Amino acid sequence: MINHIDLSTVLRRTVCDLYSDLVTRPTGAAVRDGIEKQLAELGEHTLTVIDFSHVGLLDYSCADEIVAKLLIQYVVRGGAVDLPHRDAYFVFRGVNDAHLDAIETVLERHDLAIVAQTDDGATMVVGNLAEPERQAWEMMFRLGRAVADDFRREAGIALDEAERTLDALCRRRLAMRLDDGYVAVGATA
Amino acid sequence: MTTVINVPQSLDDKSFEAVLEQLAPLALDEKVLLDARHTRWASPYGLTALLTLAQTRLERPTLSAPEAEETTSYWARTGFYRYAEELFELHGAAHKHRPSTESDVLLEITPVAKSEDVHEVVWRIQQKSQSILARELNIDARATMGFAMTLSEACQNIVEHAGRGGWVAVQTYRWQRRLGRRVVVIAVCDAGVGFRKSLETSQTRRLSDRWDDGMALEDAVIRGVSRFRDPGRGQGLAGVRRYIGRWDGKLSVRSGTARIAIVPSWDDDVPLEENLPYFPGAQMQITIPERVADR
Repeated sequence: MINHIDLSTVLRRTVCDLYSDLVTRPTGAAVRDGIEKQLAELGEHTLTVIDFSHVGLLDYSCADEIVAKLLIQYVVRGGAVDLPHRDAYFVFRGVNDAHLDAIETVLERHDLAIVAQTDDGATMVVGNLAEPERQAWEMMFRLGRAVADDFRREAGIALDEAERTLDALCRRRLAMRLDDGYVAVGATA
Repeated sequence: MTTVINVPQSLDDKSFEAVLEQLAPLALDEKVLLDARHTRWASPYGLTALLTLAQTRLERPTLSAPEAEETTSYWARTGFYRYAEELFELHGAAHKHRPSTESDVLLEITPVAKSEDVHEVVWRIQQKSQSILARELNIDARATMGFAMTLSEACQNIVEHAGRGGWVAVQTYRWQRRLGRRVVVIAVCDAGVGFRKSLETSQTRRLSDRWDDGMALEDAVIRGVSRFRDPGRGQGLAGVRRYIGRWDGKLSVRSGTARIAIVPSWDDDVPLEENLPYFPGAQMQITIPERVADR
């Protein structure tokens, strides 16, 4: 099941019902806290749409608190010992050019990447991602749900390389394992 | 004894240094009279820095308001007297505050002390800035959002680092002498701890032989260093720098005894000035020029 969190609702509930702008670090921290409380009620494995559609302005401080710090808890870094406490994936929807400016900046700072759906409906990967991984995500997005062997054929690479690439996308929260296959985050949301 | 400090005829970030030079030899508890009777023009920086200056004095200073009707009327429209009457003994024809209905004052002088103030500033600037920036400065809507983000980050510097409240003001005007174009100017001034002391509270600060206001400004403004360990910190000023770079703007930040500037091709300012007269806190100015090439 895909969950939906409207950021303007979280903002109104956690900070103030007068604002539609996500600005200042305390505001971002409060909104992230609100998101995490909702996630805690959703179970161990979640795919959640974080909806920016009704958000006016997003500044760097808020983007850092809401996007980067939310995601960083679930991304498995190289050499990480502890696995994330919950298996959570996110699609950031309703993102406009101005939001993207702030989001891309903080993602680059933290070496993160997300799947974003812009306000004109396009789905894309935003942030720091090596070109082969970006191409792999785009291929998976086109394929929809696929096993490693489908991806291997499409990409023209060896099976073990295909599995490594898909697992890397999963660690970065850009693809999910579903039974014995994989699906690109964003392909289902 | 009261010492008279002459306020320049034209008061901006540069000429404000003349005010600070006159103040430098005086004890903080010495009574001063700021004589602005002959002042004809003041930038947002000049006005917010005057309020900041008053905050730094232990003895309440006196301000002789400009004599020129046009000038003092303009100062009233910026909201200057509303706060000045709390901080100065006012002499002369200080006008009662009149909310600005004209387009040149994008944001009246506004106190900033807490996160809610930043929300208020961002909300107010968006009400007014979009059409004015597009119509008068030929800046597109995307840049208007960036402008509000820049303003937000500049104001947050006060909330996060200053340790006391400050002031923000935004204005557009024609910068005939230096540029021959219209500009929009953001001034954010506080009399708080300043960049050097703020960074000194960081346990991760690198040790070096040289540590002064100039280096603190280089660390914060150029290298994005913050007093917080959190790697996400320090992005605000980096974002401001990126915005002014994109729109050929200028950023200058003064703190303590130094002033750093990101200087565009249309300006001849120096990147770093040191050994200036000491002034507490941080004073920031962001200037975005009218876009001409796209017209």
